[in-house]
Amino acid sequence: MTKKQVHLAAHFPGVNNTTVWSDPASGSQTDFSSFVHFAQTAERGLFDFLFLAEGLRLREHRGRIHDLDVVGRPDTFTVLNAIAAVTTHLGLGGTINTTFNEPYELARQFASLDHLSGGRAAWNLVTSSDAFTGENFRRGGFLDPSDRYQRAGDILAAATELWLSWDGDDVPEVRHRSAQFDFHGRFTLPPTPQGHPVLIQSGDSEQGREFGAATADAIFSRHSTIEAGQRFYRDMKDRLPRYERAEADLTILPAATFVVGDTEADAEERAEHVRRAQVSPQTAIAFLEQVWGRDLSAYDPDGPLPDVDPDPDAASITRGRVRHEKDTLQVANDWRDLAASTKGSAPGGGLTIRELIIETTARQSFVGTPAQVAAQIDDAVQADASDGFILIPHLVPGGLDEFVDTVIPELQDRGAYRSAYAGTTLRDHLGLRRPTTAEVADSRRSA
Amino acid sequence: MSGRMHLAVELGGAGRHPGAWRLPGADAENLFTAEHHLSLVRTAARGGLDLVALTDSFVPPGDDPDALRGSLDAVAIAARVAPVVPGIGLVPTATVTHTEPFHLSKAIATLDLVSTGRAGWEPAVSRTPSEAELFGRKDAADPEVLWREASEVIDVVVRLWDSWEDDAVIRDEPTGRFVDRDKLHYVDFDGEFFSVKGPSITPRSPQAHPPIVLRGDEPSAVPVAARWADVVRIAAPTVAAAAELRDQVRTAVADAGRDPAAVTVLLDVETLVGGDLAQLDALAPAGADTGPRGLRHVGDAAGLAALLREARDAADGFTLVPLALPSGLDRIVDEVLPALGDAWTPAPEGTLRERLGLARPANRYERSSRSEPRHEGAR
Repeated sequence: MTKKQVHLAAHFPGVNNTTVWSDPASGSQTDFSSFVHFAQTAERGLFDFLFLAEGLRLREHRGRIHDLDVVGRPDTFTVLNAIAAVTTHLGLGGTINTTFNEPYELARQFASLDHLSGGRAAWNLVTSSDAFTGENFRRGGFLDPSDRYQRAGDILAAATELWLSWDGDDVPEVRHRSAQFDFHGRFTLPPTPQGHPVLIQSGDSEQGREFGAATADAIFSRHSTIEAGQRFYRDMKDRLPRYERAEADLTILPAATFVVGDTEADAEERAEHVRRAQVSPQTAIAFLEQVWGRDLSAYDPDGPLPDVDPDPDAASITRGRVRHEKDTLQVANDWRDLAASTKGSAPGGGLTIRELIIETTARQSFVGTPAQVAAQIDDAVQADASDGFILIPHLVPGGLDEFVDTVIPELQDRGAYRSAYAGTTLRDHLGLRRPTTAEVADSRRSA
Repeated sequence: MSGRMHLAVELGGAGRHPGAWRLPGADAENLFTAEHHLSLVRTAARGGLDLVALTDSFVPPGDDPDALRGSLDAVAIAARVAPVVPGIGLVPTATVTHTEPFHLSKAIATLDLVSTGRAGWEPAVSRTPSEAELFGRKDAADPEVLWREASEVIDVVVRLWDSWEDDAVIRDEPTGRFVDRDKLHYVDFDGEFFSVKGPSITPRSPQAHPPIVLRGDEPSAVPVAARWADVVRIAAPTVAAAAELRDQVRTAVADAGRDPAAVTVLLDVETLVGGDLAQLDALAPAGADTGPRGLRHVGDAAGLAALLREARDAADGFTLVPLALPSGLDRIVDEVLPALGDAWTPAPEGTLRERLGLARPANRYERSSRSEPRHEGAR
């Protein structure tokens, strides 16, 4: 019996402090040449797909545009279509918000991408009720938080009806009426090479998990440790029978970061160096301010934590990113304990502000020699902590180079990774069936 | 506008004629593949045309179930073509009536990034109830309202294009700042139809303002074209009528406070070189509008070249609109362009703005104290 195979996806480095811009090797976040390099490297490494996150408003911190992290993104559909021109097999996954798009236009854009890429499109479907982002859109922040999954479900149902509406020469009118939408008309494109794009879900709430189990082809999760990964994996796969789906129908891909070194010690040293670059002195203060809810710019990042307590009434002072500290006083006290009990360079021997933030922000998921990193990935997949990973490098555009050159051959030697693409569509890479027009007709009848 | 005769070609479906998709050789089964569009744009680039205009609409022309039923998103086609077909301007139509200005702004800016400065944009309105019903958010409206809204959309899109100054990214390690937030600008647009906060999420593009192409032959559209267009497309039944329409456009541009010499007026000429119009008409679905919409040349290449030479003073150039593709484009490039002789020279290399004789624009948000020369071109 062949070994369970590792699936890998490549997350283009994001607009946050994980992406290091102070490194001399750091290139443009938005030049197309960066996307070409990154995508072609992922394809050389036989990755399933490239993944783009989304942010539709520049983040703000203390009422002003956040200026410490990389910032700037291209339009997702446009850059993915352009990447399709310079790759031949790599899947092209884009995060697209359901709140600030209408189903007809969105279905047509994804269908166009799937046709023009020869069947490589994927949609990471996210929902937002964020009025802050809504200020950039005609309809504003109109969505009540409790309606988020309703809108996601309705838009996906509507898009699927459109995608699979052509039945040979018959182009029937689609009439869609749901809580969120009421529209009708004919779709202007036939079913795409993949039937319709691969669907990715990333919600982790109970509602999000159930929605993913019912509809998604792949899950972008945050549970990258073995134990948490196994719990999530089992939970998700156990939900599938309710929807008459098999375990192979849903690929679980946690986000993961990595640092490769010539020796284990070299890798550890490089990992430490990357974490320091990710948390500059200014970034350390900004992180602290998110918890304290007040201006801490007068504090020395290389000094001890503030004596003053967090402002319990402060509204979130960072907008446009997901970060929820529920009980800020509790977090502050935990951090004080951690700083006091850990050896650092603060007066008295504890951790400084910057050292604490480095300590509390996530360590890289995989650190080691190429053989060690390959073993960690393979072991996690064989232990059903995941079906693979969405890798998030810390550098644009060369952050995948070393991984592809050194870790991929190790994974192949372990018999855990493909040596060539078996097909040309993303569904082929993920081992998924192509949905058909008849299926939608069935589900419509049974609905 | 430069002194050179500008030539564009319109690409959409199997050609403008409603019977074209049934012609042998129409490649109708491949209309939804990248290869079909790559081949067309490569041919146009080989010929040295200034730009291709990629048509788009949420509904197929007419409502006849026997007609060609669809099309790919035109911005998507342009982006798919851009990295692998150099040397030609790419001007997709993107409609503004049912779409988000914020998305449009970054889509066209991104097309400019992936084409290293060869993007343009033809904004169009969605007039019909059929289009409104595909969204179910608002009713179809009068042309006057639609174009007033279009003007707002263009206004906010251009503001968003300027919302990042060219040198906003500073990577200043001593202060830990990646970006200079004083060079990022809220657009704070609050209009009759919508409001948009900004700034864009996409940095200023190579051309900063990809050229805006608008139709100037509908009364409600003329003031919008006069205010915003870098290129105005007109259609007229005769050369004399075209000259008159061009003069009206120039007057409107001047009345809007802009220099008419900065606006390129392109006259539509429908073309069927060496084809059989009667055959096309016979293939069209019953009741379909077979045109012509303005000047139409049916005949040989020499005759079309003669018409373009005759009409060259009536416009700054032409948008050739093949009635049937891909044969109509092949004929233009292989036969008509050579027949033009010294009346036409291929478009120079460079950005689409450069081809149109337009400088890279100043940024409206940039303070005058920092108005030293900016770095130009591709970044």
